[in-house]
Amino acid sequence: MKRELHTVAFALLVTIAVGSLLMMIAGKQPGHIWLQMITRTWSSSYAMGDVLYKATAIVLTGLSVSIALDAGLFNLGVEGQLTAGVLACAVVGAALPAGTPAIVAIPLCTLAAAGAGGLIGGVIGVLRVTRDAHEVITSFMFNAIVVGISLWIGNAVLFQNGTTTGPAIVPGAELPQLGIGGSSANVSVAFAIGAVVAIGLLRTRTTWGHALRAVGRDPAAARAVGISVGRVQIVVMIGAGALAGLAATNFVLGHKHAFEDGLGRGVGLLGVSAALLGRLHPIGVAIAALGLGFLSSAGLAVGDQVPKELTEMLQGVLLLSIAIAVPLIRRASVEVRA
Amino acid sequence: MIESILTLAFVTQVIRIAVPYVLAALCGSLTERAGVIDLALEAKLTVGAFAAAVIGHATDSGTAGLVAGVAAGMLVAAVQIGCAVWLEADQVIVGIALNILALAGTRFFMQVIYQEGANTPPAPAYGDAVLTNPIIVGAMLAAILVPLAVRHTRWGLRLRAVGDRPDALVAVGVSPRYVRLWAALIGGALCGAGGAQLSLAVGGFSADMTSGRGYFAVAMVIIAGWRPALAAACCVAVAISHAIGIQMQLLHPTIAGHRIPTELAPLLPYLLTVVALVIFSGKTRKPPTSLGKL
Repeated sequence: MKRELHTVAFALLVTIAVGSLLMMIAGKQPGHIWLQMITRTWSSSYAMGDVLYKATAIVLTGLSVSIALDAGLFNLGVEGQLTAGVLACAVVGAALPAGTPAIVAIPLCTLAAAGAGGLIGGVIGVLRVTRDAHEVITSFMFNAIVVGISLWIGNAVLFQNGTTTGPAIVPGAELPQLGIGGSSANVSVAFAIGAVVAIGLLRTRTTWGHALRAVGRDPAAARAVGISVGRVQIVVMIGAGALAGLAATNFVLGHKHAFEDGLGRGVGLLGVSAALLGRLHPIGVAIAALGLGFLSSAGLAVGDQVPKELTEMLQGVLLLSIAIAVPLIRRASVEVRA
Repeated sequence: MIESILTLAFVTQVIRIAVPYVLAALCGSLTERAGVIDLALEAKLTVGAFAAAVIGHATDSGTAGLVAGVAAGMLVAAVQIGCAVWLEADQVIVGIALNILALAGTRFFMQVIYQEGANTPPAPAYGDAVLTNPIIVGAMLAAILVPLAVRHTRWGLRLRAVGDRPDALVAVGVSPRYVRLWAALIGGALCGAGGAQLSLAVGGFSADMTSGRGYFAVAMVIIAGWRPALAAACCVAVAISHAIGIQMQLLHPTIAGHRIPTELAPLLPYLLTVVALVIFSGKTRKPPTSLGKL
């Protein structure tokens, strides 16, 4: 636990240092920009609502990446799984009869979102387990394929007169917004909280969770104690895909109420950052997601002073510094103990 | 459709498209044969393309741009090996982080240098010519020389040894770290030149112009069983499917009276790569024994 905190602290310090350097390169005073990032976001209830809206999706995509990593698989396919979820969720929501009550419409749309994401994740998992196809590469290919196919479906049947927006979902499927300063934060935050609790319990309190982490730590040892490694990996990829797909509810049911090209793009990579920054612990992932949501809103808030690409660069720096911090801190803590 | 493919123009188009893939795959073969997972090909291509365009524009010289691209590719490789070998960071995460960093970083520096986020100002362009383009000629040479060097030189022997039995190398007094570094630097130079081809062919860099070529190259390295000559050949196959995709978008061919949707034509290389991965992964050859482990 202490080691994880040290890792995160190291990564954050490196990221702040590199971020400051980049601000200076852009000809600005870092102290001033960091302060404005915080005050401009903190002082506006709209911006804080936006942080929560973004974090809702990042928690789910972050958990998606983290449970796959628990089992030793790198789910880089969140982008495609989320897009499949957005498409399925919006199509089901729009196909329901106009008077469908919320108690029927919302579960159906949610299931469609999670199911579509789980399907893509499952395919990646099956190819990995049965054909030994590297999941990072197939994930990348499937992201492009899913985005391309959903654009084709959009253009062919969904998009309304010249826009890139599909038909609206029925009113019963809409998730109410929380009304924080007119932001898009909505009730789907409950899904995110529920997922954190469920994954937390699953990981530590069930045999499944232990099998999951045993596979990630040492597949050969897991096999030796009778765990079906392949089955665990396929199931975890279905689960990871379903979590990524579930993030679609935030965008479709809670905000746009329709299929839109590009909806949710970028949240997949933020999920990778959240999973690693949260050290694969569900509560850690949730805190990291709030932090990344804040960074992403704060980056927009100072967009008039530094290029908005800065926050994306910081994501890369953050990942790299976590990767460096893990072995450094491990060695440091071993030396202290020895 | 068929007539438009069986032309000299199509062949030269395939060659132009293939060069970045081939150079990236040669880089990936070298780094991975040395035992380091190379997911950072995309970063090396992107940074190489960007540096070539910026220096090419500043000096008005394609050669200076090419040198800058090569240097940029080596720089990314040095950072990658510094993190993944010297600091023992997770190799997959280092690769993905560098790709994110390169994609966002090139756009950031475009804003800082030119106050513009999409394109760099014009650099000298090599255009459509094939035999007068030094990168294309160099890539053809590299596709022949790199496999020969890996097979028949002392350097190549050490490279293969560090990938399969790093402890054996230590026993004869050679540092595995430096063998890995040199493999990655030479690969980085090749991959940076591949990036330079992307931007110098059209005379400028545009955001995300590599569009996943690095990931295709890694896939081809795996499909080819870590053999550089075969990986280069597989890359030509990707380039052909890429070029056919472009032709399909231009010509709108029909299958049994149904037009192939323009959105689906560019997906051809992605689909074929997944199919090839499914068929060939783990079938051709085993990965280098120390791949991903230090």
